[in-house]
Amino acid sequence: MSFFIGIDIGSTCAKTIVMDEKQQIVKRFLQPTGYSSVETAKNIKEMLAKEGIDVEKEKVVATGYGRVSVPYADKSVTEISCHGKGACILHGKEDLLIIDIGGQDTKIIEVQGGGVTDFLMNDKCSAGTGRFLEVMANTLAVDPADLCVMAKEGGNTTISSLCTVFAESEVISLIGRGESRENIAYAVLDSIASKVASQAGHISPGGKTVVLTGGLCEYEYLKTMLGQKLHATVESKPDGRYAGAIGAASVAWGMK
Amino acid sequence: MSDYVKMWKDLGMDLEAHDNLCQVLPTAVGDVFLTQENRPKAMDFWDMVISEVHGIRPAELIEAQKEGRKVFGTFCVYVPDEVVVAANGIVTGLCGGSQFWVPDGEAVLPKNTCPLVKASVGARLGKTCPFFRIADVYVGETTCDGKKKAYEILGEDVDMYVMDVPQMKREKDILKWKEEIKDFAAKVEEVTGNKITPEKLSEAIKLINEKRKAMQRVYDARKSKCLPISGRDALLMTQISFFDDPARCAQMCNKLADELEQRIKDGVSVVPEGTKRILVTGTPLAVPNWKLHNIIETSGAAVVCEEMCTGTRYFENLVDETKTTLDEQYMALSERYMKTNCACFTPNTGRIDDILRLAKEYQVDGVIDCSLKFCCLYDTEKYSVSRALKEAGIPVLSLETDYADTDAEQLRTRIGAFVEMLNEK
Repeated sequence: MSFFIGIDIGSTCAKTIVMDEKQQIVKRFLQPTGYSSVETAKNIKEMLAKEGIDVEKEKVVATGYGRVSVPYADKSVTEISCHGKGACILHGKEDLLIIDIGGQDTKIIEVQGGGVTDFLMNDKCSAGTGRFLEVMANTLAVDPADLCVMAKEGGNTTISSLCTVFAESEVISLIGRGESRENIAYAVLDSIASKVASQAGHISPGGKTVVLTGGLCEYEYLKTMLGQKLHATVESKPDGRYAGAIGAASVAWGMK
Repeated sequence: MSDYVKMWKDLGMDLEAHDNLCQVLPTAVGDVFLTQENRPKAMDFWDMVISEVHGIRPAELIEAQKEGRKVFGTFCVYVPDEVVVAANGIVTGLCGGSQFWVPDGEAVLPKNTCPLVKASVGARLGKTCPFFRIADVYVGETTCDGKKKAYEILGEDVDMYVMDVPQMKREKDILKWKEEIKDFAAKVEEVTGNKITPEKLSEAIKLINEKRKAMQRVYDARKSKCLPISGRDALLMTQISFFDDPARCAQMCNKLADELEQRIKDGVSVVPEGTKRILVTGTPLAVPNWKLHNIIETSGAAVVCEEMCTGTRYFENLVDETKTTLDEQYMALSERYMKTNCACFTPNTGRIDDILRLAKEYQVDGVIDCSLKFCCLYDTEKYSVSRALKEAGIPVLSLETDYADTDAEQLRTRIGAFVEMLNEK
């Protein structure tokens, strides 16, 4: 029995997917990337060994910003290609507009006929990323998932700063002003959705299914807000945060 | 570069700061150029020039000045070299291409100014570039707001002459540019003390045309599917051509072209068959800015053409050599220079036509449109460039970057993904 392993080392989380010979997902692991992606890669190797999988014997493809830190990978592929492939597998479609909100970057990927045809990534700024949400949630003393639930009850408040540091001061002044936590949470999500939607606006969905992947894909209210701004229904799958690792595993599977 | 310490000292340079630059350059040259395999033999010349970039040519310029010749420093491919050469003057490029000079530029300029402008001002004010010390006159031009204002600051420190480049390309604009060239000729005569005659200008026009033809020959060789030279090497040749003596530049480029043409005949390529061919378009890549080419060519693709000032905009189109009076010659010069398609003009559809034509001529698989940060003109033009390319079915990646290395990994991801996308097509 051979296994095909995809490892996606992101800035916040490392995702591992193991596929069998039928390209079915048999195992998935999620862990914080921590300080060193080299250490993370080592931990993943040990974790897989405990499951009886020897990375040296199987095909391994690494992706994500830490892709170069996986010494036992047979190949490294950029997260753009892997997310494109992974999202197609997850959604069973070949024409998609993928929005991936990651820890430090947000990617908009256009896929046609199963292949990437265009993509955009945010520049040196964390507006509209998972990190932005994390910092704001911290300031509000809630976790990001709760922030998204809270936001649904809020409204009528906006944050204008795109810079995470300035936006945090803005949130602090909103707190000081006595604004409700729900309204501030709404403002945080609205800021993320606006930034991502304006980024996605450069690539028109053109009738394609819009899907959300990455760590925030299970936040229902974020999907709703994104959908409103993009005038489209935004779909996601429970395994959406593994999209990159699934894509990487499928590349490994293709190398058999 | 230690033999030149006395020369640098005499030029009033900040030796301590300059040493820091001298220390990092050899590593950069080694990493970017010397790691390549199967390079053309003729690249030895450019390897030598770049290894002593602040030594060999500056020493020649100082010798020429001792004989009474004057050195004109320029920042733009719109400034006509022919006029300076006709008066026995020397032209040298002055554009700064290193992050090293940026902080000294930021001392007087807003941070959100293009890095080329910041580096150029920093190189002068920080006293860390011999070319900026040697030039007797700086010749600027009104191609962007950042430069226009920077020239006012540089003008406080050095003899600064600014040419007024039109913003449109109507008949009256071509006439206006001719008048600007005529006024510039008067300035050149005043500085050099030499009269520009139709005979001398005619010789100069021929000389610069020969240089253009030689550079075009090297680029023509890059059109071959059997790629005889890397983008990095071709870029280095182009960058150095702004500093070199035009006759020697033509000679060396022709020598390189001979070798490249032979390589094509022998089927010698610097990349494996099927390597994706990239056209790079956008703002100039002043020496020693090799970041973009280096990332592209270490990500599994090859750069086959630059639609840039440090590329085709520098040498495409020749000046009509048949004119015999100064008035006609200035008009011929204006007509040639006004064919160059810079984003500072409106409308600038000629650049789109150029990109589509070059994409075909150089058999490219994809285009990377890259502008320097805070270049509003080229950044805005990305919209129409990418739309035209998409309509033509040519994949395009738009990027924005500066001289700092901090975004190298982000660029590597984008460029890597673009190459993967081309390979899957």
